[in-house]
Amino acid sequence: MIMSQKRQNVMIKGTKDGFILKLDDQCGYDVLKEEMVEKLSVQYNSIEDHAVKAKIEVGNRFLTDDQKEELKEIVHRQKSLIVEEIYSNVLTVEESNQLIREREMSSLTGIVRSGQVIEVEGDFLLIGDVNPGGMIMAGGNIFILGALKGVAHAGCYGNNEAVIVASQMTPAQLRISTRLNRAPDQDDESHEMECAYIDENDQIVVDRLQVLRHVRPGMTKFEGGR
Amino acid sequence: MGDAIVITSGKGGVGKTTTTANLGTAIAMQGKKVCLIDTDIGLRNLDVVLGLENRIIYDLVDVVEGRCKVHQALVKDKRFDDLLYLLPAAQTSDKSAVTPEQMKELVEQLKQDYDYILIDCPAGIEQGYKNAIAGANRAIVVTTPERSAVRDADRIVGLLEQEEVDPPVLIINRIRNHLMESGEMLDIDEVTTHLSIDLLGIVVDDDQVITAANKGEPVTLNPDSKASIAYRNIARRILGESVPLMAIAEEKPSFFQKIFSLIGKK
Repeated sequence: MIMSQKRQNVMIKGTKDGFILKLDDQCGYDVLKEEMVEKLSVQYNSIEDHAVKAKIEVGNRFLTDDQKEELKEIVHRQKSLIVEEIYSNVLTVEESNQLIREREMSSLTGIVRSGQVIEVEGDFLLIGDVNPGGMIMAGGNIFILGALKGVAHAGCYGNNEAVIVASQMTPAQLRISTRLNRAPDQDDESHEMECAYIDENDQIVVDRLQVLRHVRPGMTKFEGGR
Repeated sequence: MGDAIVITSGKGGVGKTTTTANLGTAIAMQGKKVCLIDTDIGLRNLDVVLGLENRIIYDLVDVVEGRCKVHQALVKDKRFDDLLYLLPAAQTSDKSAVTPEQMKELVEQLKQDYDYILIDCPAGIEQGYKNAIAGANRAIVVTTPERSAVRDADRIVGLLEQEEVDPPVLIINRIRNHLMESGEMLDIDEVTTHLSIDLLGIVVDDDQVITAANKGEPVTLNPDSKASIAYRNIARRILGESVPLMAIAEEKPSFFQKIFSLIGKK
């Protein structure tokens, strides 16, 4: 029985959250694919429930987006399992740089003037004003040490958790993710040290800076201290 | 080696040409050799304001296209012996007749012979603007205390900050004292904090500016007008002197002055 002594490239584990498919990272991709089809085609009577979820762990194997789709397709076709996540230990340099950019805080000291558009992928810190007609777009949060009189767009690639903070909050428009809010036509109040975020009603609200601690506790990255 | 200063605003009608003419005149009155360049090709009028319209033989486009030498195109202002010259714009071509590289070369050439070269920029931020700023090493932004003008000035300052010129300085033109006092017009502080660039000077709105421009003689030649004093102060600041900002508030007549004026009326 030579076949049975062959290494198992695909291992299926059942957990209470669904199945975990552990794939070997040393064999060839085509071998892996074949074995997956084979393993999954074995009839398990117990799983006829369509809502079962699965996770794929590929170890140190790098998969392209096409390959990921292919694996998901195989799993779905054979067993109607829904693949929630493909977990790999490997990233391309480009992907890791993208992650760094998304987590990075870029800063600028100066004034964003009319007609100027600043776009960053991560958080943005401006030390200066945004004048009317100027615009800031950030994939993450926007912090302005100065007056926001132009347009600020936080979470511009679709992050609803993003916030906008300004020393003087008198914007022409606020945008967070896909929501938009414009300044009232008549407003004589002073707006100092304020923040804007999307509340539970899916609206952009502007409030005192201090509330941010409660509505966005995940923003704190600092640990320790005494 | 002279200084090349571009006078620009973004918005039209805020007084770039008037400012160029008057500052040129005022600097020449200080004994410096000045050359004014009108870069508003197709819509020239610096020559009209200076009253030199009928002396134009060649123009800016003739120079860059090699039809004449620079000194042939320069129009001398006879009121100042050999100190004030104008290089007029062409009226028949358009802005694309000149490139920024050609302007740069021309200004470099003029810098050898003149202390100050003032470049009058057309409105807008297109080709004409790019030509005007190409050769300049300093920039003056003119605005009026109106929201629309300040917005455009802000845009221009942003564009100038990306160029190889010294940080631009600001002239606030057409200040109307009573509107500013009543708060119906932006005040000087609001404009300067908004633009956050250094203030070079302020010029009050003065009817004599218009009448003088119509006669073809810059208001600076009239020693009494308020605008004239403002322009001469600005000119001295450009030359490096420190001159305090003019008080814009008109002095209220005192009790005795009122009585005297009443007696005088009788």
